[in-house]
Amino acid sequence: MFAFIVRRMFQSIIVLLVVGLVAFSMFRFVGDPIDNMLGQERTQADIDRLRTELGLDQPFVVQYAKFLQGAVQGNFGVSYRQGRPVSTILLERAPATLELAFVSGFLAITMGIALGVFTAIRRQGIAANVIMTVSLIGVSLPTFLIGILLIYIFSVELDLLPSFGRGETVMIGHWSTGFLTASGLKALILPAITLGLYQMTLIMRLVRSEMLEVLRADYVRFARARGLSDRVINFRHALKNTLVPVITITGLQLGSIIAFAIITETVFQWPGVGLLFINAIQFVDIPVMAAYLMLISVMFVTINLIVDLLYYAIDPRLRVDARAT
Amino acid sequence: MSFKTLMLAASATAMIAAGASAETLRWARAGDALTLDPHAQNEGPTSAMAHQIMETLVMRDHSGALVPSLATEWAPSEDNPNVWVFKLREGVTFHDGAEFDSDDVVFSLNRAMTPDSDYKELLASVKEVRAPDKFTVEIETDGPNPIMPNNLTNMFMMDKDWAEANNAVKVQDYEGGEDTFAAKNANGTGPYKLVSREPDVKTVLTANENYWGKDEFPLQVTEIVYTPIQNAATRVAALLSGEVDFIQDVPVQDLERVAGTDGLDVRTAPQNRVIFFGMNMGDADLTSDNVDGKNPLADVRVRQAMSKAINRDAIKQVVMRGQSAPAGMISPPFVNGWDADMDASSSTDIEGAKALMAEAGYPDGFSLTLNCPNDRYINDEAICQAAVGMLAQIGVTVNLDAKPKAQHFPLINNLETDFYMLGWGVPTYDSEYIFNFLVHSKGEKYGSWNGTRYSNPDLDAKIVALASETDLPARDQQIGDIWQVVQDEQLYIPIHHQVLNWGMKSGVGTIVEPEDSPKIKYFEMN
Repeated sequence: MFAFIVRRMFQSIIVLLVVGLVAFSMFRFVGDPIDNMLGQERTQADIDRLRTELGLDQPFVVQYAKFLQGAVQGNFGVSYRQGRPVSTILLERAPATLELAFVSGFLAITMGIALGVFTAIRRQGIAANVIMTVSLIGVSLPTFLIGILLIYIFSVELDLLPSFGRGETVMIGHWSTGFLTASGLKALILPAITLGLYQMTLIMRLVRSEMLEVLRADYVRFARARGLSDRVINFRHALKNTLVPVITITGLQLGSIIAFAIITETVFQWPGVGLLFINAIQFVDIPVMAAYLMLISVMFVTINLIVDLLYYAIDPRLRVDARAT
Repeated sequence: MSFKTLMLAASATAMIAAGASAETLRWARAGDALTLDPHAQNEGPTSAMAHQIMETLVMRDHSGALVPSLATEWAPSEDNPNVWVFKLREGVTFHDGAEFDSDDVVFSLNRAMTPDSDYKELLASVKEVRAPDKFTVEIETDGPNPIMPNNLTNMFMMDKDWAEANNAVKVQDYEGGEDTFAAKNANGTGPYKLVSREPDVKTVLTANENYWGKDEFPLQVTEIVYTPIQNAATRVAALLSGEVDFIQDVPVQDLERVAGTDGLDVRTAPQNRVIFFGMNMGDADLTSDNVDGKNPLADVRVRQAMSKAINRDAIKQVVMRGQSAPAGMISPPFVNGWDADMDASSSTDIEGAKALMAEAGYPDGFSLTLNCPNDRYINDEAICQAAVGMLAQIGVTVNLDAKPKAQHFPLINNLETDFYMLGWGVPTYDSEYIFNFLVHSKGEKYGSWNGTRYSNPDLDAKIVALASETDLPARDQQIGDIWQVVQDEQLYIPIHHQVLNWGMKSGVGTIVEPEDSPKIKYFEMN
């Protein structure tokens, strides 16, 4: 077990280093930050001076090494765009993204499972067919379009919900939360639906097909023959057995909800790390881009590591293999 | 009148009365101020925010005219033509109560001249800033500088003691890795005080009770809530749904929608920005064309033919939906040296253009690459696409290469493009600024945005001489002469002047400021 963890950790670190190296080699293609940082009136001498000051005249391997040196000590540098430490900015922005991801993940799981079970049980019903058809929209429409549609309907036409921002937030220590105010909760609804819709339809379709499979299984037929009630059969026996693949998918999707909140955050002007990243790309804010990409890869590597460890704990065959080698 | 209607009327009156005493303006635009440090970034949204909180010696009102602000009068010194004397306004205090005097001006201008300042080029000719007495400041330049006050309209004044007490003497730098106090806090003399600020999220300002200009300006807005909203569709939706009162950049495709909505207005004015194409005319051969050993753009007839091929009215109607003013020179109309005849000189003439091409030896045309930004100017990429089709009519086959601005502008600076789009605004409202950056040969100090490789030592000498010509009629004459050369040489192909569209609630009373920098103290709320 211990050897397995150490080996996986070692692999994870290599993955991180490679991600960083690839990221740094790509930055030069994003553009040149110097022009955004200096005004229209800059001279050639200013350009050269700032380039040297920021170390942008050095090869990317050297820049990467410098970044790593700082990052190991918890120093991600100073944002070119805001002139403030990247770590401060990331900490400011993280709560917005995490709260949004949490709410949309929660919506996706609960609604996805409920609708999945419903459409599986009432397979022939009109309601189930309507839900299945509508869910196609969730899978096939791009996020930004869904977001703008929701804004158009609920903000512009019905005037019910805000079209942008987080509403009023309350500071708890360093954590700014929108959960405690009415306007904060209202502001969460549209972005959370937009961000979670794809995951919700995915989970719903997965649960539905797994349920249909299980409902055809012999033990369900025998349960019926025993005269158990539908409720017990559907929820105690069938649903439980469908959840194993659902949990795997949900775990992996949680990472992508956080990482790919970028588009939703841009449409709703949600002040999270995704919006920060988009701004950083437009401005060629290398320290912010580097820190964001590293954090996201740390997150994915960690999730994968946990999933692997869970498999190891759940599946006895892996343990047997490990002992054999 | 029933009791109910009476109550309604009473509450309505109460609401109106309350509205008159406290007016909040919810203001949105695409970008946030990058910092509150007034000398760190010379950039539109940043100085627009700073103008609410801080003030300059002289400023431009909403019509673009130079008016007194913290200086009440200014004139060149009678003893020394190299010195400008500014008389300061007395009795002005900063938000923290400190008095504004000449020490603060000396400190602020010196701060703006440090290497980390983004404004140092505008003060490049300044030798020394002196304070002979408490309310007089002298600025000495290294030669007579007739347009010095024009360079000061974005030069904000800070309190010396406040900066020293809060470790904000230095302009924010990227090396230190620490927050500069002045990047997040501000202490100015302006009409609004900073209440709270979350970068990229929300900035709240409230009216300064002790503002010196209380009786001079409408100052009807008592609170400003500024939220950047990046996505154009969301920004318009926020205005339509009444969540904001004023948005600065209405996309052209949404103008009719906003103007057609009850209670909303679109106000329009020409912007201080002209859009044009630049051409590499200096190199012996072009890398992106199909002509060997020759540079077709070196021939003025080819450049003229290309200009004649562009149908600016079609671009205005189709690409800009009417929101542009076709241009004949690369200067916005407010600028000293702008000439109505020159600006009307461009015309579309395909036959004439073909004849010129044949005369120049390219009857079958040639091909080259056009570099174009896709996130900088209004519909920039679409303008380039339209130009590609128009140039094809005279046989010039153009490959369009559209990129984000962060990749486009380095091409111009590194002289890696033969044919490119550029836009230019003139903060000093004087042609010298255009010549310095776009016409003078590219070098260490001048011509840093001149990607044409054009070099004319005679013209360079004339441009440099403008800086110290104090006889204004003679100077205007020289400016006219230089423009004539620029026009005759077809140094650039002007396209159009951009038009600004501000969307707002009908009750918000303001005209559009040509530099896109609203000064809220001029706003009236009805």
